[in-house]
Amino acid sequence: MNRQSNLYTIIYSTILVIVVGVVLSVVYQALRPQQLENMANDTKRQILASARIIPSENQTISDLYSSHIKDSYIVNSEGQKIDSDKDPFDVNVSLEVKKPAAERLLPVFECTTENGLKYIVPVYGAGLWGPIWGYLAFDSNGDTIYGAYFAHQGETPGLGAEIEKPQFCNQFEGKDIFSKSGEFMSVSVVKVGKEPADKAWVHAVSGGTITSQGVQSMLFNSLEPYSAFFLNLKAATPETNMTASEPVPTFESAENVGVELILLNHKIPRL
Amino acid sequence: MNVNKSLLPLINPLSKDNPVIVQVLGICSALAVTAKLEPALVMTISVTAVLALANVIISLLRNTIPTSIRIIVQLVVVAALVVIVDQVLKAWNYEVSKALSVFIGLIITNCIIMGRLEAFAMSNRPWASFLDGIGNGLGYGIILVIVAFFRELLGSGTLFGCQVIPQWCYDHGYQNNGMMILPPMALITVACIIWVHRSRNKDLQE
Repeated sequence: MNRQSNLYTIIYSTILVIVVGVVLSVVYQALRPQQLENMANDTKRQILASARIIPSENQTISDLYSSHIKDSYIVNSEGQKIDSDKDPFDVNVSLEVKKPAAERLLPVFECTTENGLKYIVPVYGAGLWGPIWGYLAFDSNGDTIYGAYFAHQGETPGLGAEIEKPQFCNQFEGKDIFSKSGEFMSVSVVKVGKEPADKAWVHAVSGGTITSQGVQSMLFNSLEPYSAFFLNLKAATPETNMTASEPVPTFESAENVGVELILLNHKIPRL
Repeated sequence: MNVNKSLLPLINPLSKDNPVIVQVLGICSALAVTAKLEPALVMTISVTAVLALANVIISLLRNTIPTSIRIIVQLVVVAALVVIVDQVLKAWNYEVSKALSVFIGLIITNCIIMGRLEAFAMSNRPWASFLDGIGNGLGYGIILVIVAFFRELLGSGTLFGCQVIPQWCYDHGYQNNGMMILPPMALITVACIIWVHRSRNKDLQE
């Protein structure tokens, strides 16, 4: 057959495209289950990383996950648990953050750690080149950050991409997202020398200004709908703390002083 | 040097006929993946694999490909291979595939691959084409790794992510050169390599 004829060219390209198409579909179908498992394991690894749980050599992620994450549920912006047949693990956070706060499904993962029960929530936002996301673990007071994990799709290596490094993530430990009066403040990501006095802050990545600003707005937008949920936790904690730990003796001693003063007052007129 | 003639396609691209510093191809990816050593190394392996396989496939098909659509055929083969590499990495080495995300897709646009297919595989037998693919992939990789070495060392003070510049240097006022991380410094580094290379190979000077 004449290899330069139109008919040959058309037949050739048709066969080529069909063969390539079949090969690619077979490869895709064959590798799909493994890929889905990898993705799920990667998400589990990220969730655990926010609670400072790093898998050791001989542990599989899914075992570690099921041994630490005891409960997970979806809450709404009023802080109530929603009865949904959807698994919190499967909630697509990238779609949820685009909805108005009242309609969002807000997944919460309860994680048992050596330092007690932690509440892990996902965050999602935009960096310079693409999406950035992460997980934040909160102490059971619903206020203090226990650990943070951030990841990105394609931030500049050495600049914006540094948000995934421990040097950046570890800064978040111990920061409070509420002000003393219980107002939601989030955590600011600021340049050295621009630290605000009235709210929690961490230092931005130098050279990664846009990405750092992205982290700041991601935290604010993603955490704000959880305010009610966290405030409920916060409201539940002081009672348990009061009976068990330090504030109680000081309170009692102050009362004792008051009592003595009253007695003194009573005594004085008698003298 | 006395080398077996059949091995020339493998040896030549490493220095005398290097795709990056002599033919000046594949410069864009040399900018993109050389801020750190690790992506540069994985990119080298991926490009070498794709180039060797594409060369063999095109070489096997070379007598059947209609001339009017030969570039399209080459592109389809390369694109299919790159997608397969991407899928395989996602399934078997998820960490690396995450680190390279967009760069794998960019292999398709690497001029070296199209250049070798058009210039070599279309007119040579499969075994020679295979060696040519490996040689050019490694020739490309050598430059990538050299550039990434200097950029990571001077720009971040690390190699493969490990700190190599000791803390006391920073204490005495040494600073990482943030400029090295930016793409233009890859071009300047490549230019320096070309300068050294040309001054050692007089026959390449124009």
